[in-house]
Amino acid sequence: MADTTNDEGIPQPEGASDIIETEYEIGQDNIETSIGPFGLDIHNPVFMISGLSVVVFVFAALIFPGQFETFFGWLRPALTSTFDWFFMLAANVFVIFCLLLIVTPLGSVRLGGADATPDYGYPGWFAMLFAAGMGIGLMFFGVLEPAYYFGTPWGDEPLGAARPFGEDGQIIAANVEEARRMALAATSYHWALHPWAIYAVVALSLALFSYNKGLPLSIRSAFYPILGERVWGWWGHTIDTLAVFATLFGLATSLGIGAQQANAGLDFVYGIPTSVTTQVLLIIGITAVALVSVLRGLDGGVKILSEINMVVAAALLLFVLFAAGAVTILGDFVMGLGAYFTEVVPLSNPFGREDDGYREGWTAFYWAWWISWSPFVGMFIARVSRGRTVREFVTCVLIIPSIVCVFWMAVFGGTAINDMIANPEASLVKANVIDAYKPELSLFGMLEALPLTAITSTVAIVLVIVFFVTSSDSGSLVIDTITAGGKIDAPVPQRVFWCTFEGMVAIALLLGGGLTSLQAMVISTGLPFTIVLLLMCFAIFRGLQAERQAL
Amino acid sequence: MFKRIMVPVDLAHVDRLNKALTCAADMAKQHGSEVVYVGVSAATPTSVAHNPEEFAKKLEAFAVEQGQASGVTTTAHAVTSHDPSVDLDPTLLKAVDETGADLVVMASHIPNVTDYIWPSNGGTIAGHAKVSVLVVR
Repeated sequence: MADTTNDEGIPQPEGASDIIETEYEIGQDNIETSIGPFGLDIHNPVFMISGLSVVVFVFAALIFPGQFETFFGWLRPALTSTFDWFFMLAANVFVIFCLLLIVTPLGSVRLGGADATPDYGYPGWFAMLFAAGMGIGLMFFGVLEPAYYFGTPWGDEPLGAARPFGEDGQIIAANVEEARRMALAATSYHWALHPWAIYAVVALSLALFSYNKGLPLSIRSAFYPILGERVWGWWGHTIDTLAVFATLFGLATSLGIGAQQANAGLDFVYGIPTSVTTQVLLIIGITAVALVSVLRGLDGGVKILSEINMVVAAALLLFVLFAAGAVTILGDFVMGLGAYFTEVVPLSNPFGREDDGYREGWTAFYWAWWISWSPFVGMFIARVSRGRTVREFVTCVLIIPSIVCVFWMAVFGGTAINDMIANPEASLVKANVIDAYKPELSLFGMLEALPLTAITSTVAIVLVIVFFVTSSDSGSLVIDTITAGGKIDAPVPQRVFWCTFEGMVAIALLLGGGLTSLQAMVISTGLPFTIVLLLMCFAIFRGLQAERQAL
Repeated sequence: MFKRIMVPVDLAHVDRLNKALTCAADMAKQHGSEVVYVGVSAATPTSVAHNPEEFAKKLEAFAVEQGQASGVTTTAHAVTSHDPSVDLDPTLLKAVDETGADLVVMASHIPNVTDYIWPSNGGTIAGHAKVSVLVVR
């Protein structure tokens, strides 16, 4: 279980790095106390304020459900349709910034000092990258999104691509290839370079300021170049509290909504009726496994679960690939990759377009969503990325996951699209995505058309559930670290608290209503965080420059 | 009787270790043994050090200082852990082998109800180490 980086003790020496000299001592604002028999070591006031504000918002959402739903139901779409250009331009900046880091000399800086060695090997590292922030989305959207863009008749088609189905539902053969090509390109656009660049920016800034500059592993540290010593005061408290708030509600609302979707899947596959009891049991089960995982720690729990998940996901991917016809699907992949490269520029240009449904309803929504998750995912990636050079880090967090995601979308989406055109009348994908919008059944509809449905559907449900566990456990570790003032060695009861708290918030919102309105609230935090991320790019640039001079 | 005595130290809370440190030094004097101080650090910056390298230096300095005060031979052995809250026990058990110690002297709190769920570090080390363990309360 204990996987120390070096049997001989500390990797000696770690080499040159440019430590920021600050008056602040990590843990100086912490309170070490005990409640009953439980020892605590918590940051004052971030722990209390984030905890209490979550409770206040849960109660408010339960007491004024109507007002919450009206307000956030208006706010989120209002933000994404008004500021779609801002989200899109910012995301483009992140991608270009990351690509520049790979090719410029700044990329040679090593996270953790010039001579640091990587904490994790590639398999464990990649597994944790995917399992924390994206796995669950790949399961949910892998079939849904390409199928939707391919067949949608409701004006959401990307870049006004030709529609493959006529008014009467008959296939228009001439349009099929163009629609397929654009569906794969438009889906890949949302899952490849842009989201990973968002995560990479946050992760890189935290890793740099923590491992090389010696500041605590907390969101506020990334702001040191801009705010200076003020980050240790209320500026920093606010930034950290906002990050905890967004992470906790992001995880809890996804867990609640995810339980409803998993229930729909269980109903479809096994006929287990949709009921609140089943959903609450699912949340309790997911939280319980996540608890075991955080109790076993990063190496003994989180990493192992992530690796198991990756193996199972890869098996499902290969099964779909071969069951659906490897040659056709690999052709789709090559075509999808090519289409992505040719269409990524028009797709990421926010001006002079008429596809509002796609651009505002999907792209801007995704960007806000990725950005609101970025404090959590970025901090987790930072935690496991020590010892890599910036160039290696960006290549592995940006380029390789992008290719994996394009491949995943080509396999799941390509199979789903083939199913829709092979027999539009009988296609369950078409029935659940286009004819009636039941997104949670899209994946199962696709698996239904392939052999061994009973087995693959079960595997898919297990994967969905375990991906929730791997988000929940890594999220609890991140929240625990932020609320302990950047200490990763805080007493274990604290992480147990956050993990349990997240499950309880999910259950409260599930029972009382308010999951969707609070999720809309979380996604709305994407707008202020976009400004934060832009500032981070500047801070990273300055920080890396200083690092180069220290060499 | 004992050649090498291992003393796990938490550099952030040295004030709580006085009894264990004195006890180890006295025993070392009596048996003419060497004391090796083992410190476990996270790879992230902590209240003790900005990075593992600095932590190792601080532990080294601590060992020298202890040696001068008590007049016994002292060394330091620093280790990093990905998740110290959870991995501390196995990391320390590994350090027992790495240092070749034949006695562990460590401080521990008085057991309370949570020890049924999370045993104290001293308790776990005593339960699993193949060498003698003296838990100082």
